[in-house]
Amino acid sequence: MADITRAAVAHVAGLARIELTDDELDTFTGQLAKVLQHARDVEALDVSDVPPTAHPYPLKNVLRPDEVVPCLDRDEVLASAPATEDGQFRVPPVLGEAP
Amino acid sequence: MSAAKALGGPLRTARSIAADVREGRALAADVVEQHLATIGEHDEQVHAFNLVMADQAREAALAIDRRVVAGEDPGPLAGVAVALKDNMCTRGVPTTCSSRVLEGWRPPYDATVVERLAAAGAIVIGKTNLDEFAMGSSTENSAFGPTRNPHDLSRVPGGSSGGSAAAVAAGFAPLALGSDTGGSIRQPAALCGVVGAKPTYGAVSRYGLVAFASSLDQIGPFATTVDDAALLLEAIAGPDPRDSTSIPEPFARLTEHLDRGVEGLRVGLITELTETEGIEVEVSERVREAAAALEKAGAHVEEVSVPSVIYGLTAYYLINPAEASSNLARYDGVRYGLRVDASTTGEMYDHTRTAGLGPEVKRRIMLGTYALSAGYYDAFYGKAQRVRTLILRDFATAYERFDALLSPTSPSVAFPIGAKTADPLTMYLNDVCTIPSNLTGHPAVSVPFGVGAGDLPVGVQVMAPAMGEATAFRVAAAVEAAAPVGNPS
Repeated sequence: MADITRAAVAHVAGLARIELTDDELDTFTGQLAKVLQHARDVEALDVSDVPPTAHPYPLKNVLRPDEVVPCLDRDEVLASAPATEDGQFRVPPVLGEAP
Repeated sequence: MSAAKALGGPLRTARSIAADVREGRALAADVVEQHLATIGEHDEQVHAFNLVMADQAREAALAIDRRVVAGEDPGPLAGVAVALKDNMCTRGVPTTCSSRVLEGWRPPYDATVVERLAAAGAIVIGKTNLDEFAMGSSTENSAFGPTRNPHDLSRVPGGSSGGSAAAVAAGFAPLALGSDTGGSIRQPAALCGVVGAKPTYGAVSRYGLVAFASSLDQIGPFATTVDDAALLLEAIAGPDPRDSTSIPEPFARLTEHLDRGVEGLRVGLITELTETEGIEVEVSERVREAAAALEKAGAHVEEVSVPSVIYGLTAYYLINPAEASSNLARYDGVRYGLRVDASTTGEMYDHTRTAGLGPEVKRRIMLGTYALSAGYYDAFYGKAQRVRTLILRDFATAYERFDALLSPTSPSVAFPIGAKTADPLTMYLNDVCTIPSNLTGHPAVSVPFGVGAGDLPVGVQVMAPAMGEATAFRVAAAVEAAAPVGNPS
């Protein structure tokens, strides 16, 4: 597998909604390449017939009675929000135009 | 006398403090004042705390004392101060994860562990520093500056729960809680010369623990003795309907088994984690001495190979960033914490995350996003999950022959601040011995056992199968009992 490229890191940063300067892009490309290089020690392992483990402890679905119980207080939750309006979170325009 | 003792410790045990408070021989209010005085005198140097909750702690102590006067029993941890890693939610009290992105956030609820501490009579004395979002092994990745090792202020305390480990080592509190995703309780415990345990995945509720890598995260105790660590774990463990990964069975009683000794127990010393390149010679020597001490105490000790553990680091550093990249998508400036305003919501996300998250967090998010992206999923994340199965199988095989397994906790003693920050991979290698227990979900305890280079503390790690805490703590108690005189804790 080829080394991770500067363009791939820039793409991934975009997906993760992180802006990088040119210097950061260089640094992160080198660092990620090194970590992924180390990850190649598993490349030679044939694990095609081994099932994946997503969760270490075998638990089945946990069910509870469908009863109404208290939940978080709306005002208390909204008190920590950067901006609110009419009991809701307020954000800038989603489509780039002023409302 | 170690530097840590010079700072304020050694502390009385939580068990003895609670006994005195419950019997009315001591006032919780006085106990808390002593801790606050020690913190006031020394935390400027150590920086174990992001926030000291002096007023809340005093108020809680008075309430405990009133209950004792009224003839009530406040619980097994009555009047005992606990330092809480700052990634566990405290209602109305800032919870930062040592990140700028959570600036100003006050959680609207308490974590389950915080409720259980209160129910046991314990008093939360403050919120401790950590590597941002628990990503790191030195507490240098904190947005609020590093914590220093109480044994040598020029060195790191380990991480990511470095503040909690340092708080106990410095005598700021007899107990602390941390979270352990790849060794974040055990490694700082080893470097600070205290006891630290990662319980079985699901043994302690994660409700109110800020999520990092959800299939690996687990809350656990720090203490100066194995008995105190067990006492704290008993108080916080057990089923919780608010955490769907919580194990439904009641948690084992630990403290009553601690003095049973190790006669007849089979203990395996993991070859791959004791003789690997990069493990300091003094560290390997201490672990072998601990193994010899267990044999002398009646255990049957043998070396055992767990071949796939050498792939643990690789599997971990794919699974962990993948889960982190998903969990940390929520820090977008909409609902809580920092927002950097912009003319569109999309730009607001970008600016907020760019300004609010530190370099290690960005690194892991990008690594995880890459490992999960189309075309790479099978090669990285998928393969890592299959390797995880191999490691589980190898441990299952080892536990057919052994009751508990032994290894170093950390490959080295505490290293100088700044020594490993330039190269992330070098920092990641600190976790090589602790990671396997997170991948398997099994419990593991780090116990101080003598010193290594520079007279700095060494930790021995005791591992056991899932829900095998009673065995792990029993072996840990025997290691503790055999530790060399002058043990740094």
